[in-house]
Amino acid sequence: MREARTQIAKPTQRPLHQRIMRRLQKHWQLVIVTIPFAWLLLFFLAPFLIVAKISLAELAIASPPFTKMIEWTDNGIMTIRVVFDNFTYILEDDLYLNTYLNSLKISVTSTILCLLFGYPVAYAIVRSGPVAKPILLFCIILPFWTSFLLRVYAWMGLLADQGTINNVLLAMGVIDEPIRMLYTEFAVYIGIVYTYMPFMILPLYANMEKLDGSLNEAAADLGSRATNTFFKVTLPLTMPGIVAGCLLVFIPATGEYVIPDLLGGGNVQMIGRVLYNEFSRNSDWPVAAAVAIVLLLLLVIPMMVFQYYQGKASEES
Amino acid sequence: MTALDTASDTPWLDPDGQTPLVQIKGVTKKYGDVTAVDNVDLDIYPGELFCLLGGSGCGKSTLLRMLAGFETVNGGSITIDGVDMSEVPAYDRPTNMMFQSYALFPHMSVEKNIAFGLQQDRIPKSEIKDRVHDILALVELQDFKKRKPQQLSGGQRQRVALARALVKEPKLLLLDEPLAALDKKLRKQTQFELANIQEKVGVTFVVVTHDQEEAMSLATRMAVMDAGRFKQIGTPTEIYEFPESRFVADFIGSANIFEGRVTEDVADHVRVKTEVCDVFIDHGESVKMGSKIWVGIRPEKIRLTKADKPAVGENQASGIVEDVGYLGESSIYKVKLSNGQIIDVTAPNQLRPMSRQHGITWDDHVNISWEPSSAMLLNS
Amino acid sequence: MQAKRSRFLTVMLTLGLAFFYVPMILLVVYSFNYSKIVPVWGGWSLRWYKELFESREVWSAVSLSLQIAVVNATFATILGSLAGLAMVRFGRFKGRTLFGGMIVAPLVMPEVITGLSLLVFFITLNQLFGWPSERGFATITIAHITFSMAYVAVTIQARLTGMGQDLEEAAADLGAKPFKVLTAITLPRLTPALISGWLLAFTLSLDDLVIASFVTGPGANTLPILIFSRIRVGLRPDINALATMIILVIALCVAVAAILMFRQQRADQRDRKMAEGEEH
Repeated sequence: MREARTQIAKPTQRPLHQRIMRRLQKHWQLVIVTIPFAWLLLFFLAPFLIVAKISLAELAIASPPFTKMIEWTDNGIMTIRVVFDNFTYILEDDLYLNTYLNSLKISVTSTILCLLFGYPVAYAIVRSGPVAKPILLFCIILPFWTSFLLRVYAWMGLLADQGTINNVLLAMGVIDEPIRMLYTEFAVYIGIVYTYMPFMILPLYANMEKLDGSLNEAAADLGSRATNTFFKVTLPLTMPGIVAGCLLVFIPATGEYVIPDLLGGGNVQMIGRVLYNEFSRNSDWPVAAAVAIVLLLLLVIPMMVFQYYQGKASEES
Repeated sequence: MTALDTASDTPWLDPDGQTPLVQIKGVTKKYGDVTAVDNVDLDIYPGELFCLLGGSGCGKSTLLRMLAGFETVNGGSITIDGVDMSEVPAYDRPTNMMFQSYALFPHMSVEKNIAFGLQQDRIPKSEIKDRVHDILALVELQDFKKRKPQQLSGGQRQRVALARALVKEPKLLLLDEPLAALDKKLRKQTQFELANIQEKVGVTFVVVTHDQEEAMSLATRMAVMDAGRFKQIGTPTEIYEFPESRFVADFIGSANIFEGRVTEDVADHVRVKTEVCDVFIDHGESVKMGSKIWVGIRPEKIRLTKADKPAVGENQASGIVEDVGYLGESSIYKVKLSNGQIIDVTAPNQLRPMSRQHGITWDDHVNISWEPSSAMLLNS
Repeated sequence: MQAKRSRFLTVMLTLGLAFFYVPMILLVVYSFNYSKIVPVWGGWSLRWYKELFESREVWSAVSLSLQIAVVNATFATILGSLAGLAMVRFGRFKGRTLFGGMIVAPLVMPEVITGLSLLVFFITLNQLFGWPSERGFATITIAHITFSMAYVAVTIQARLTGMGQDLEEAAADLGAKPFKVLTAITLPRLTPALISGWLLAFTLSLDDLVIASFVTGPGANTLPILIFSRIRVGLRPDINALATMIILVIALCVAVAAILMFRQQRADQRDRKMAEGEEH
């Protein structure tokens, strides 16, 4: 009762929760921006900056195991310690340099392989009839929804010394003793091409689907043969799809950890795997952080190209 | 709308009479460096059906969207019914808009679409029901109220969009290309329906269109827009018969244009000397003696006759038929004059042109002439 | 483009599909193998399924993964759609470029880097504030939300851009205030995109191994972590059985989705026919 009376006495004063709700309703747009923005600042940008900071520190026997960047001496003077040793160490050490180069070699080769096999598949789907098209497209997307890890595992069963392929070849008498395929670079190529192929086919398909079919007819009408039409008309027009597909394969493949680990065993060195091991086994944080930063620098240009194309595509639509 | 009955039919001619419903003063809209609407002034009076006509990118849609409140004004002011709109958000304005795409809510039935606006005003349910019922009757869609927009034909969707905008009884209804999405035949029919409905409900309409025929048949008054400015404002007849500029003369209909100089300027007539002939105009116009000016003559206002002798005198010239286009009801003749200029002449096909004997055809020597009232004086 | 497919293309298509599906089919077939050595056929058997169902380790990993996936998908959908809305509908605001960059960056960031930086971050947090005291459910979920919200945001962004702004403007024109426009028009129209965003985030979370391995702690094994630790040493028939179960569940979900989509298509067709019937 008392509460009710005070409310009548002061009609402008609403209960707190109502006032908060009103505020929220008034500034809801700000709330909408702030929540995801704050999340990304905290859990994406901040962690990344910490890694950048650690890459400039030295290994120390402490917890966490690196030196501080900013230190206060007793008389209140701030000293900033920045060390580039980690970077010079990585770039001078053949192990790291070779691993980076090997990663790039594997990811570039796999990207090209994906393009060579993915392009005709995407083109074939686009050229299919109205009934077959959605079904085929569905078949391409379906593996994407099944577990990545299990798709890699499936190939372990095929490629192992006692695996299906060797068994079949032995039974047919093509070979006398098993060929070593698992835990080789060959297996890593198969794994990357297999798991990343949808990322190549889908952007290519999306791009080709938009092409006007009468362009081919127009070219033929003007006397162009099929191969000529392909190289002079279709290929240039599908360039955006090719770029998007290649980047979507190249970027994650470069930093790949699971495939070199499972299919390459210890025989194929890729930077993602080295990074993981450096961090978890040697706990050399500063070097691991520097390895990560260098990897990112390698990928920053392709990533920016990808963002640029993404932005352009969303503006067009 | 009793005010309308007592007021004159042409309130814009009477500066001391009715106050305008919409007053646009010095309105400017810029997107970066591009000026979409450039310092325009316009008064629209209650009960008008005002058309904004222009090509794409001329600023007509931007102006409409500023009236609706979707775009902010960079300079100048918009007043509706005496209230300055600069601080009023779209949802509080006494305007409603019919979108070019119709913008019907696909997840709501026809009925719910129409009721949506009334619900925002917290109108009692029973009243909403009645008003939705009445407006559905007006657009003859009573039997379709339970349907979703995607279950309707194009023409029906257009009427739902109109009903949804009208049901709130706005002071001003804004229509963005209301007929553009309909096919040609339906468009003609709907054009008249739209004018009828406007007359019935008495709401002031502002229609944006790029179709001059649509504007001419609908509008009480219209404005021709180009590059963010009004080129001319007037009734359809004024705009067609008395265009002020070469741009308007050429944009609405077509016109043959000659360059000339004013040689006589008195109260009841004007004389202009052109390369083709002297042009005599039998009414006064405010022009400057000796100034450079353009004369426009509409193709249908030119007489075409076969001639052996070249024409001499004012308002006539001679030439050779370069080309003839047969359009069915009429034919268009391209006549090359002695100075090399090619002019268009249209003439109705009163006789079947089976035998070419009487008709005018390729390479005929012809004389052209027009009435002293026909020529239009145009500035640049 | 129209239906005209050369023989070369048909061959490539068949090879491509075989390449995709033969390994999966073999994976399923060997799960019914009695033999302990996977590629050596020892007759049909369900013994690995029995073993699988009796393994508490597997069940706890499944349950942890599902919990993380559900929480992740829900939060990622909320955060991602807020981010998408802000990017498409709020015009220019301070920090928009940075915001847009941070939304797309997790999509292309190598997993090892995302995982590494989040682990370092959690350890730093623990030293500064004493939280998280142990890594597991919470840290994995936070990590998953961070990268899967980016996928949701991109989905929502594309959908919003495709939708255009006409309907929202129409609602505002009819007197709906911005918040009402959001709830009455924008969100209902976004529902399909929200559902697919949720499913995408759910799948991404279930599928992630690398990031989870970085930010997990002792004892908290998600299903991929468990599988990985087992197959690292070689082929194991119980994993084949597990894979078959997973494929079965996915196939069921896909079938349901296909039926729903087919029904929607039929409804659309009916609507179109109805509309055509009313012409004139």
